Amino acid sequence: MARIANAAALAAYRKQQRALRPAERKAIAVCAGTGCKAFGGLEVFEAFRAALDAHGLAKTWDLRATGCHGFCERGPLVLFFPEGRLYQRVKPEDVEEIVTRTLLGGEVLERLLYQDPVTGARHEKEHDIPFYRHQRRLVLAQNGQIDPTSLDDYLVLGGYGGLVKALGMDPAAVVAEVKRAGLRGRGGAGFPTGVKWEICRAAQADQRYVICNADEGDPGAFMDRSVIEGNPHLVLEGMLIGAYAIGASQGHVYIRQEYPLAVERLELALAQARALGLLGQDILGSGFSFDVHVSRGGGAFVCGEESAMIASLEGRRGVPRRRPPYPAAQGLHGKPTNINNVETWATVPIILEKGADWFAAIGTAGSKGTKIFSLVGKVNNTGLVEVPMGITLREIVEVIGGGIPGGKAFKAVQTGGPSGGCLPAEKLDVAVDFDSLVREGAMMGSGGMIVMDEDTCMVDVARYFLGFLKFESCGNCTSCRDGLEQLHALVTDIAEGRATSGTLDLLEELAETIRATSLCALGTTAVNPVQSTLRYFRHEYEAHIRDGRCPAKVCKALIHFSINDKCTGCTLCAKNCPQKCITGERKALHVIDQARCIKCGICRDVCKFAAVDVQ
Amino acid sequence: MSAQAVIDPAELDEVLARHPQGQPAGLVNLLHDLQAAFRYLPEQALERAAEHLGLSSAEVYGVATFYEGFHLKPRGEHICTVCMGTACHVRGAARLLEQAERDLAVRAGQTTPDLRFTLEQVNCVGACALGPLVILDGKYHGSMAPDRLSRLLGKLSDKKGSK
Repeated sequence: MARIANAAALAAYRKQQRALRPAERKAIAVCAGTGCKAFGGLEVFEAFRAALDAHGLAKTWDLRATGCHGFCERGPLVLFFPEGRLYQRVKPEDVEEIVTRTLLGGEVLERLLYQDPVTGARHEKEHDIPFYRHQRRLVLAQNGQIDPTSLDDYLVLGGYGGLVKALGMDPAAVVAEVKRAGLRGRGGAGFPTGVKWEICRAAQADQRYVICNADEGDPGAFMDRSVIEGNPHLVLEGMLIGAYAIGASQGHVYIRQEYPLAVERLELALAQARALGLLGQDILGSGFSFDVHVSRGGGAFVCGEESAMIASLEGRRGVPRRRPPYPAAQGLHGKPTNINNVETWATVPIILEKGADWFAAIGTAGSKGTKIFSLVGKVNNTGLVEVPMGITLREIVEVIGGGIPGGKAFKAVQTGGPSGGCLPAEKLDVAVDFDSLVREGAMMGSGGMIVMDEDTCMVDVARYFLGFLKFESCGNCTSCRDGLEQLHALVTDIAEGRATSGTLDLLEELAETIRATSLCALGTTAVNPVQSTLRYFRHEYEAHIRDGRCPAKVCKALIHFSINDKCTGCTLCAKNCPQKCITGERKALHVIDQARCIKCGICRDVCKFAAVDVQ
Repeated sequence: MSAQAVIDPAELDEVLARHPQGQPAGLVNLLHDLQAAFRYLPEQALERAAEHLGLSSAEVYGVATFYEGFHLKPRGEHICTVCMGTACHVRGAARLLEQAERDLAVRAGQTTPDLRFTLEQVNCVGACALGPLVILDGKYHGSMAPDRLSRLLGKLSDKKGSK
């Protein structure tokens, strides 16, 4: 492909590509996101390729493997354009029938449509499904449509239009536009993006850097992964616009090593952009030069923190340093550096394309635009959802998420990653925006949203997050390194029935000390899981301590398994018991030897007669 | 590790040649490439990396041990990774890890003495819809249960090693 010299040449190229694939052209988009792939999405894709060939349809139907469509729970997903029809849980065996009956016969295959578990209604179009209908997709809008390995697909849908606009503006005006849009950082802290850019731009230097933070370390969060895997050029375009506005000539993407596909997609996107002249010297004849380098993280959660990330990019241990000076003044290699998260960068081209006013009309007074959440845990519709700021937690969990599986009761929703907070049912009507969540003791974070039901023990949840954070503490500050160790030990005492009446006071005091004396955000927010669960679920802690009881029946030291008289003596539990501590004759009641039972719960899982009780 | 593993010096040279000399900022990426070549970071490779980038052995060792993704000991032929992310946790991931620990008779992070299996835990791979999730040799197995994991591991250990 020849290098594109200027904006006019890009427009001509775009026009030529559009003529090749008009919007009304028939297309099949098979989701090849991580979730659908694990469900067999690639096999479905290959089956379509073979079937289209066999029926001589390869020329009339475009076939694409796309990035994540978001509705991971129902994968593998297949979308048909231009109608927007969605088939879900498609298997390779279904493909032949789809081709003959749907593609050739124009018939809708009812069994492959999504069925609403509540109303029983089947929905043909993707946008009619409640999971999608209540979303507002800006950043994820193109994820189901484009082949992420095709720059042309991105260009056909208007890609790099925001960059063209920006290059036609004064860099300061680009900063002003982003400021006016009210965009706040999607990585967690919610700092105003335009202000950050302005500070970096104002710093005197011969060299500035922009960094894309793709070190998505929060467990239960995969927004950034899906954006990069599904639409890498959107992120790249955002970085280009930011670099132009700030005056940076070099960019870095710092990405988790656990995301090999995202790395591959990014590298490919970079190569394509270089070939077309969208990266490199004198981009589109504007005189602006910029290139991007991809760096893989080493698997350290703390590297999501700005100063630790910079240390890691410089080839050192990812240990945070004291700020100020902030990276905007003194960052990578001592030069002014602007770091934004993947989703923030991916929002920038949309703001440029549609304008600050359009963007600022979405959301609330203090939080503009949309936010992507990964809705996971004990919820029916697991997946990625993009919603306007200000939507309530209830709408996300109950309407989009479809509520709790198995008729269980909702207990809590955890937002903000390991150092976020858990909100109870009474708080479900809280608006989801940066400020409201903080007010309630949680936080937006990068967008993990984990739903917990009555079977989740909040003491166990706090212990889980503390275990994660103490492991990920870089060890620099004593209060974080040793404090979290002790905090974890105290919560473990509670979970294992060793706590006394003084344990909660000690827990609260230590949590406050860690918050007050740690250097970076990892330490200062690491106590959130304890503080927020204590705030809303103190009764669960008290049940463990005072009554020696785990209300959710999770904490092993406080529960025991027994077999009731529903037992038919089928011997399945005894066969599966790893301790071989279940005895009983065939067709007779079985008994668990409590002394040897390790409370793994396998007997309860395998029992077909609900004969294993847990108390 | 007592015995020094034998590594192919030509391969080591080839990996080093892809990285500019005397630029310490490239250390993390170099370690990734070395690990991709040798499946772990042999001592000899770390020494050469230090020399190549103009760093002390202590600096390289410090970085290699700081990051969870780097392994200083040889890893097993089969890698069993249990996702311990939050979504998997609330769906019972801890029980999977315990099952694997029992079956393989190693703790998380360890390799069986015969170098057949390495058992690892990961904080989240972002495939939460599939939780609880186990990754066996790169293949994702979703909605995993302890008894099913046992069978999967059993199948692998019955097979003769490829080496």
